[in-house]
Amino acid sequence: MSLSSTSKIADLLEKNETELLRNWLTELEASGLRRDDLMRSTELNQQCHEFLRMFRSAAQHENFSDVQAPEWGSVRQLLTDISRDRAQQGFTPSEVATFIFSLKKPLFDQLKRELAQQNDLLIDSIWTVTDVLDQLGLWTTEVFQQTREKVILRQQQELLELSTPVVKLWEGILALPMIGTLDSARTQVVMETLLQQIVETGSQVVVIDITGVPTVDTLVAQYLLKTVEAARLMGTDCIISGIRPQIAQTIVHLGLDLSGVITKATLADAFAIALKKRQLTIVSKASQSV
Amino acid sequence: MVRQKVRAQTVALGFGLVDQTKIVTAASELARNTLDYGGGGSVTLEVLESDQRVGLSLKFTDQGAGIANIELALQNGYTTGGGLGLGLGGAKRLMHEFEITSEVGKGTCVTTVRWRQQS
Ligand SMILES: Nc1ncnc2c1ncn2[C@@H]1O[C@H](COP(=O)(O)OP(=O)(O)O)[C@@H](O)[C@H]1O
Ligand SMILES: [Mg+2]
Repeated sequence: MSLSSTSKIADLLEKNETELLRNWLTELEASGLRRDDLMRSTELNQQCHEFLRMFRSAAQHENFSDVQAPEWGSVRQLLTDISRDRAQQGFTPSEVATFIFSLKKPLFDQLKRELAQQNDLLIDSIWTVTDVLDQLGLWTTEVFQQTREKVILRQQQELLELSTPVVKLWEGILALPMIGTLDSARTQVVMETLLQQIVETGSQVVVIDITGVPTVDTLVAQYLLKTVEAARLMGTDCIISGIRPQIAQTIVHLGLDLSGVITKATLADAFAIALKKRQLTIVSKASQSV
Repeated sequence: MVRQKVRAQTVALGFGLVDQTKIVTAASELARNTLDYGGGGSVTLEVLESDQRVGLSLKFTDQGAGIANIELALQNGYTTGGGLGLGLGGAKRLMHEFEITSEVGKGTCVTTVRWRQQS
């Protein structure tokens, strides 16, 4: 790549910024990327303007082959911000990359005009511009991807917490209905939430209901036993309910020892025990009046 | 992931709910050992069909540290990883056939079968 092509581009960005901005915005509009439903057009104008300004000053270093170089730092930062915003606003990765790619045509048009008599230089320059804009476009895609991954991770975390509700059955009695497969991350959250709720509510009895857990293997059992043990240290009794026949058989074959824990077939049975422990009775109105 | 695949396969073969749960639990134990102690490996499911019976065979292979004393590893309560030490022996009790070969420094292979109850 000849030195003159890079200096030509830097020069052109300097001279024709206003016109470039106008043509770029027209281009964005034509490509259907002015998503007025997702962002205001003033915001887009602002971003284009900002990008051109930084692109121009980075271009002064005449290094177009590596956008990871320090002189491209502020351009990358701007694109990172833009890409992140748009990932959150609901744009697709192609839409975000097209923001950069749509600058190609306006730039090519100007180069064509300026270098009409210098074919070799024109081709060089177009190659240089293509190269640098491709790199920047890919950069936005990368950032976009990372942002989405973070969002997904956060949602998973929230789901974890959502899927383990601790409910109060009665004064001093908590229930933890567990549903789905228990992996170590989830069980950790369950355990922490439960112990915290015990403190906050000052409950003396907890019913852990595993009706919705498809299999109990030794790891799940170990977590359950640890939770029961930790609760016991806090002065709270645990009852495990919802042990279905197939789970009971599996537990026996595995050789799991749940003899230290009160277990019940149903949540109702466990609740009855819990009431007894709290020295509460449920009396029917009919029998009361006799 | 293994659990879901095994579950689907047992359902497809017409295993009852108790058998399904036993096989899935055994698979869960063996898969975890492969991951935790074998450094990861592979699982192969195979449907066994003879004239009279249908079974599901599970094969877990890893290239991990191997087991020096298999008899000891099968004992209830023996663990080197802070577990309950019931996985290997438990899996054996949950299944009908159970075969384990292991070489220290080379890896471990566990093959196990459960036959469908004659109805
Ligand atoms: N695939 C394997 N590779 C190497 N060692 C294993 C493997 N599977 C089991 N072991 C050894 O056997 C022991 C007992 O296994 P297991 O009964 O599943 O109990 P736990 O997983 O609770 O330790 C393990 O602690 C480990 O030392
Ligand atoms: Mg194990």
